[in-house]
Amino acid sequence: MTAPAAWRPALAPAVHLRHDRVREVDLLVMPERVVVLRGTAGTVLRLCDGGRDLDTIVAELAERFPGAPVATDVPAFLDRMHEEGWIR
Amino acid sequence: MTAHPQGHPRPWALLAELTHGCPLHCPYCSNPLQLTRRSRELTGEEWERVLRQAAELGVVHTHLSGGEPLLRRDLEVIVAAAASAGLYTQLVTSGVGLDEARLTALTGAGLHSVQLSVQHADPGASDRIAGHRSFAAKERAAALVREAGLPLGVNVVLHRDNLDALDPLIELAVAWGADRVELANTQFYGWALRNRAALLPTREQLARAREGVARWREKLGGRTELVWVLPDYFEGVAKPCMGGWGAVSLTVAPDGTVLPCPAAAALPGLDPPNVRDHALEWIWDHSAAFNRYRGEEWMAEPCRSCSHRAEDFGGCRCQAYALTGDAARTDPACALSPDHGLIRSLTGPAPAAEPPPPGYTYRGYGRG
Ligand code: SF4
Ligand code: SF4
Repeated sequence: MTAPAAWRPALAPAVHLRHDRVREVDLLVMPERVVVLRGTAGTVLRLCDGGRDLDTIVAELAERFPGAPVATDVPAFLDRMHEEGWIR
Repeated sequence: MTAHPQGHPRPWALLAELTHGCPLHCPYCSNPLQLTRRSRELTGEEWERVLRQAAELGVVHTHLSGGEPLLRRDLEVIVAAAASAGLYTQLVTSGVGLDEARLTALTGAGLHSVQLSVQHADPGASDRIAGHRSFAAKERAAALVREAGLPLGVNVVLHRDNLDALDPLIELAVAWGADRVELANTQFYGWALRNRAALLPTREQLARAREGVARWREKLGGRTELVWVLPDYFEGVAKPCMGGWGAVSLTVAPDGTVLPCPAAAALPGLDPPNVRDHALEWIWDHSAAFNRYRGEEWMAEPCRSCSHRAEDFGGCRCQAYALTGDAARTDPACALSPDHGLIRSLTGPAPAAEPPPPGYTYRGYGRG
């Protein structure tokens, strides 16, 4: 999928994003499955609140992580999350 | 196994068996042969404490199960305790007793998802296998869960009597709106071992079902997730039981006994700890029962020097015990086990004229 610009990604209803204080990692929790998020994946997904569109998310992250390849990596990452059905 | 600063790697899941009471009498029930009486069950406050301790220990998922958890009048209180402890809370139910008012109360208490069992796609056959008229209640329960917007998983234990109905079973689960269908081939211990002669499928049945699952996966294209739990008797490979002993999950039985696996209640001399005597963290890290088959130290040959031991952990301890009388032996399901003949003799080519299978011994109190 190539995301339309107007896409306002949000977590799927069954999917919970949560910080695991015991293991000190971010998790996606859903029925029968836990996905351990690496690096800044949790930070990106926290912006997927159904309000911000893709451009806004990328712009906010670019500001927070200057010099990081946000403009290419973030849409690709969100595409993958969408394919898994974890965001929509 | 990597050491955790606080002890052993933390468990992800807690199976909370709230009661062994159940209106159904499935002949493969995973409850032990000796069912716990209702009067010995943990109270709601005790469950609250256990669930809080579980969350502090690192548990993320809890499956509120049974028996039939809806028989607990205080289920709403237990669900609320689990949800407020931060656990992702799933109800595992036969569907009997789930009406609209009950589901509304449970959802209000913070329930996250529901797993519903069904025994067959044909109502009469489903009721016969369950030993109770329950199909209509299941159908209604599925509709209510969908209306409430909760994720729905449908669980089917597969055996000789329903493997040939795989297509209608999957159709049914899809029609009910399941997000996930768990097709769990019977694991033979406890009640299922007692009913093995009636439940054991033929190789041909399994081969057809396996093809059916592949066909459906393609057709559904990921819209409904199909999970096929391997029939270990027929594969010649041991299953990585519970992801390893004391590695990823724990079970709390209705009377507070804590087990590394729901079937482990049958193991002699395990002396399992109880939440009435100890905190869950101590139980996980220090109890003899949880350390007994942890890691690889306990293994004998052929597992001890086998290259698969980190993948399957030598298979299932309860199956090793049930079939050989020694829980530390290699799981006889493994083709490398010296005891594999115990299983081969049951699953080999069928004799030309097969005798009809015997009837079921339905699960129940005092029938173990
Ligand atoms: S397997 Fe059947 S009898 Fe056992 S708890 Fe589940 S519904 Fe009840
Ligand atoms: S011998 Fe043991 S470790 Fe090796 S495959 Fe069989 S069960 Fe697994």
